[in-house]
Amino acid sequence: MVMATQDLDNLRQAEIARIGRKKLIGITIPAVLFAYFVYVFFAFDIMGLAERARMDNAAILVSDAVSYKTHVTRDNRSGEITVAIEGSRRATYSSEQIPEWANVDADSAEITLRHGHHVTYDGPIITYHHPEYGEIVIDTSNGVDLRIDAETVPDFINASGNRVSITTEGGRLSVTRSRTETMRYFAGWEMFFFDLASPYSGMSAGEVFETVTRGVQIDPEHSNFGLMVSNFWNNSIWRHGDVVWALGETILMAFLGTFGAAMIALPLAFFAATNFAPSKTVRFVIRRLFDFVRGLDALIFTIILSRAFGPGPMTGALAILLTDTGSFGKLFSEALENVDEKQIEGLASTGANAMQRNRFGVLPQIMPILLSQVLYYFESNTRSATIVGAIVGGGIGLLLTQAIQTTADWEKVTYYIALIVLMVVAMDAISGRIRARLIKGDGSGK
Amino acid sequence: MAETTTSAMQRADIETVREDYLHMAQRRRLYSGVLILIFAVLMISGFNTADGRNAGGFWDGLHRLGDFPADLISEAYAKAANLPGHVLNALPALIETVNIAAVATILGCAGGVIFSLLGTRGLAYWPRLIPVFRRITDVLRAIPEVVVALVLIFIMGGGPVPAMIAIALHTAGAMGKLFSEVNENTDLKPVEGLQSVGATWGQRIWLGVIPQVLPNYFSYGLLRFEINIRASAILGFVGAGGIGYELKNALTFGHGKFDEAAAIFLVLFLTIVAVDQLSSSLRNYLTKGSF
Repeated sequence: MVMATQDLDNLRQAEIARIGRKKLIGITIPAVLFAYFVYVFFAFDIMGLAERARMDNAAILVSDAVSYKTHVTRDNRSGEITVAIEGSRRATYSSEQIPEWANVDADSAEITLRHGHHVTYDGPIITYHHPEYGEIVIDTSNGVDLRIDAETVPDFINASGNRVSITTEGGRLSVTRSRTETMRYFAGWEMFFFDLASPYSGMSAGEVFETVTRGVQIDPEHSNFGLMVSNFWNNSIWRHGDVVWALGETILMAFLGTFGAAMIALPLAFFAATNFAPSKTVRFVIRRLFDFVRGLDALIFTIILSRAFGPGPMTGALAILLTDTGSFGKLFSEALENVDEKQIEGLASTGANAMQRNRFGVLPQIMPILLSQVLYYFESNTRSATIVGAIVGGGIGLLLTQAIQTTADWEKVTYYIALIVLMVVAMDAISGRIRARLIKGDGSGK
Repeated sequence: MAETTTSAMQRADIETVREDYLHMAQRRRLYSGVLILIFAVLMISGFNTADGRNAGGFWDGLHRLGDFPADLISEAYAKAANLPGHVLNALPALIETVNIAAVATILGCAGGVIFSLLGTRGLAYWPRLIPVFRRITDVLRAIPEVVVALVLIFIMGGGPVPAMIAIALHTAGAMGKLFSEVNENTDLKPVEGLQSVGATWGQRIWLGVIPQVLPNYFSYGLLRFEINIRASAILGFVGAGGIGYELKNALTFGHGKFDEAAAIFLVLFLTIVAVDQLSSSLRNYLTKGSF
């Protein structure tokens, strides 16, 4: 009885000590994390970042991603007036195509902006009509001469020397010695389907359908439908054809890399598995080789390979191939170590040689696991191939980095990101479905 | 008399079974033959396409494969005395890369825990919103880090923070999925027990679920840390600070700084291997209870 109480007492003490230890750990871990975050806060210079961050860039990015602007430009030296989307030479309206809101004659123009604002060009005299403020006249015949009635310049006008810019909710006017530019903003992505060179440009979906089904043949060489498809595919601004090629290139990199790596790793894995390796030395060497290749990492491989093969999808595929050979070698040799020996013994009893034993006794056992691992890697490599493509210069990764680096085409960046997400989600879904079948083994997966 | 008929019948049966089996085996062999053929055609034509679209061809480049490593090693060897100095110089950048990965892993895992708890049947706070949270994790997982990093660099300028945010977002997506698979295997009895004594949702999760899943979370988190170190080095190369950025600078300089590049390669390789080893022995400890 006394003993039992003593035992109970000891147990109680031990338990209290244990709870105390747990409490201590419960406090220490958050405290360490907190201290680490404080250190990182200073190491990453978060305070400085708040100052450096360009929120105006963020605003440009967001507005450009969902809208575009059309420029009405007057060359102040020659007096020529052009209307172009985003001021791009490739997207300049021909004289018949000029939209209604810009009424352009030889040397004068009447431009209607939003919210009741409008701008007139009358030779060198530019007038901005503001519904609340009134008229603002700028004479460009000799330098840039801003004429307003008021003493102080209102804050929507930014005037300095030979430069005047007016920014309102209706649009933007910018005047320099060499050119006058009025910009009107529109929602959406410009010319996503057809560029200005296409006869379908500016048509609504219904009109396009009309033309394709019942309209007179536009081009004697092509049917209207063929023309529509080819105009869309070869759209000079969005380059849909090239984008699809780039997506294909990215998937190709992942495909070649993943399956190539699997084909190389499978035979090597036999030498790295304890139960198949011919000797301990061979096993050790092959294992270290796998570890080495895995450790070298895709980044180092891409650099070394692009020096030898130049930029392109092949370089990316090889980089993925080399890295994954290491990962697959490790995974496959682990799978081989877990095979059931009975089937191999059974085959050996019928006099099968090593090749036959492996083909009929081992491969059928590990194939579903292997294929499912390979598919999983294929799926995750489509994502990596985008990143590798950004470094080696191939596939959609290249288009994306180009679009981001010009910092003017955010609508294209948005388009590419949407396509990448769709591609990855589609690959996930397809490979997920196949893997589920392989693991359950109910389908014709074998 | 009767016996012979049965054995004859049995023999006939065996005969049909045999025939059926051979038939099936043949059909299977045909199918797998066709599959292998399609696969081979895809591989070969894929190789040719990729080769054709590459700046330098595969066969032309093959013999040049060793040139760059040879350049690197010979220059590093010639200036072997500088190597320790370069390794020391690379350390701050290396620490930055590791910090990016560590912070991104911690923040991403925290986000992943939240997404996974909100997206698991039986545990979710708003059961009706489960599909919404699952789709969010899907999208976070699908966007490659480089995309987010480049956009953030445009807004915030270069440095470790864009890379950190990019990796953390991706990690949150990936971990959200893995953790919710872990959550699905939890024993719901402790949760029900807590519910019966009137525990709130937070208490049920904190006391009933987290103790069950924490070792698994931790092990996946470590695995992710390995992956994130590599990702952080790659993002540095694209312009987001850390050792990748230093490597790019040394490489664009070309000859003359190859010893520096070699030192960075070495440091990066050793770090990756060390982190891999450390995390795999920690994970072994978590699953088996011993190193």
